[in-house]
Amino acid sequence: MPVGRTTLDPAVELAGSQPERVRATRRVRRRDQWWTAWLFVAPAVVAYAVFVLLPLARTVQYSFYEWDGIGASPWVGFDNYGRVFTDPELSGTILNAVKLIVFFSGIPVLLGLAIASTIRRIATSRLAVAARVVLFVPQVIPLVAAGIAWSWLLSSTGLVNQLLSAIGLDGVTRAWLGDFATALPAVGVIGAWVLLGLCTLLLLAGMSKIDPALYEAARIDGAGPFREFFSITVPSLRQEIGVCVTVTVIAALASFDIIYIVTQGGPGNTTMVPGLEIYYQAFVQRQVGVASALAVVLVVLVLGCVLPIQRLTREESS
Amino acid sequence: MIIARREAWTGRLFLVLLMVVTVVPFVSLFVTALHPSGTYPAGLEWPSQPRWSNFATAFEAAHMGELLTSSVLIVLGVVPVSLLIATMAGFAVGHLRMAGRRLVFLLFVLGLTLPFEGIITPLYYQIRDMGLLNTRWAIILPLIGLFMPFGVFWMRAHFVSVPGEISEAAEIDGANTWQRFWRVHVPLATPAISSLAILLFLWTWNQFLLAIVLVDDPAKRTMAGALGAFQGQWGTDIPLLCAGSLLVLAPTLVIFLIFQRRFVAALLQGSLKG
Repeated sequence: MPVGRTTLDPAVELAGSQPERVRATRRVRRRDQWWTAWLFVAPAVVAYAVFVLLPLARTVQYSFYEWDGIGASPWVGFDNYGRVFTDPELSGTILNAVKLIVFFSGIPVLLGLAIASTIRRIATSRLAVAARVVLFVPQVIPLVAAGIAWSWLLSSTGLVNQLLSAIGLDGVTRAWLGDFATALPAVGVIGAWVLLGLCTLLLLAGMSKIDPALYEAARIDGAGPFREFFSITVPSLRQEIGVCVTVTVIAALASFDIIYIVTQGGPGNTTMVPGLEIYYQAFVQRQVGVASALAVVLVVLVLGCVLPIQRLTREESS
Repeated sequence: MIIARREAWTGRLFLVLLMVVTVVPFVSLFVTALHPSGTYPAGLEWPSQPRWSNFATAFEAAHMGELLTSSVLIVLGVVPVSLLIATMAGFAVGHLRMAGRRLVFLLFVLGLTLPFEGIITPLYYQIRDMGLLNTRWAIILPLIGLFMPFGVFWMRAHFVSVPGEISEAAEIDGANTWQRFWRVHVPLATPAISSLAILLFLWTWNQFLLAIVLVDDPAKRTMAGALGAFQGQWGTDIPLLCAGSLLVLAPTLVIFLIFQRRFVAALLQGSLKG
């Protein structure tokens, strides 16, 4: 490159004494940077604006109209929102999503914590290295495939019922996904299965950063595994727990793939969630306004759940 | 010592149990796929005569060859472009320190938690008006936009940690911004970019909602979207459906096993940052 520079730029040549020249080029470069930086950002901003921000704005706009996707679209104000909160079919979906949080977040995080702290001591063994790969498989495969596998496991002749019969619990066997009382928990179990491995490994990775001297000190002070867990492990993992909760809460509230495959929202509306209801309202019932109002509520609900979690864990960790 | 050893054993036991629970659904899929087509096998039961031909039948019935091509085309359309423009934007926001970078960054961060369902309805009408319904572009273009929040967030995190001296050295050598980006910063960012590539590949390959809403023809969808259609068509033939599901999840599984170290690292970092 230095060679290229000596093949003289007349402007530089005329710029007189050395310091002045340096200042001049620096000023030019800075101005140059101001708009080149924007050129670097532009493609990403355009893609984001056209395919995310614009549709998002339109979702809000559609939510104030009644529209079947083809004909006229009268302004209806907040009527669509009124329906979302009063029509039990619609408000029920939000309730179901909230119930799913118990399974999608509660089970993976609590069980993940328990498992991770039990396997903490053998985290570097060959078994644990193999487990790391195996536990990640549910994260890698399409959720649709997980749904098909589980709908078969939970069917009336599936493995779950086979195991229950084997231990003498014939009485409780049923088509888990087809029963009004058990369909939602059964869907929750599938979600827990998908997320448990991820949470366990995230928490385990966090635990490996805790100073082992803390544990030794606790042992010397006579603390048992439980005391150790609540006094050292949990407080040190605030950030990781925050991440697990965030990821799993979003997965619960915005669930779609699994439920579309295993129950289609049924039986009745017992497993209907906002994501699937938006799909039905918009593309089957052709109630674009109602679908959009529910979509806005969903987006706000996700933000409303995630922001406080983020704030809590950020503050504690910094 | 004795306590520690006992804890190690309970640890192993838990770990094995957890692995079994993780693997069982796949074993069940596999065993069921070997039963005669059209039967309803009970639970986990090894068939008297395993029908390996079910896989071939499912391969044919699902037009697996076409599906693979389609998914590969979609991935090729989404991932390289997303990587390039997300890296450029991350570079500008994280390294060039331009005016207004906070605002731009905030704009992207707000999109991080956005559920796809939140925009799917207008997206359908928008794609229709663009005349792209039922083409692969209907999946490719929106996905590029939808990946920007995470992509920019991820790449910014990398570029913020790059010391400014590196750029200054290149600047003294007379490199302009693009040359500095392309010759100095992109090579240095390879680990971050390749992790992002893995995540974007997975999210594209497994994308379901966009595929079923925007593309009617299963042969132009992603693998996951096509499996949805396959279930609708063959849902009553359990062994065939199981064989088809295994075939659909096989490619990601194989790629995962080959690059498992990178994958695990990328997924762990990915969720930590996201």
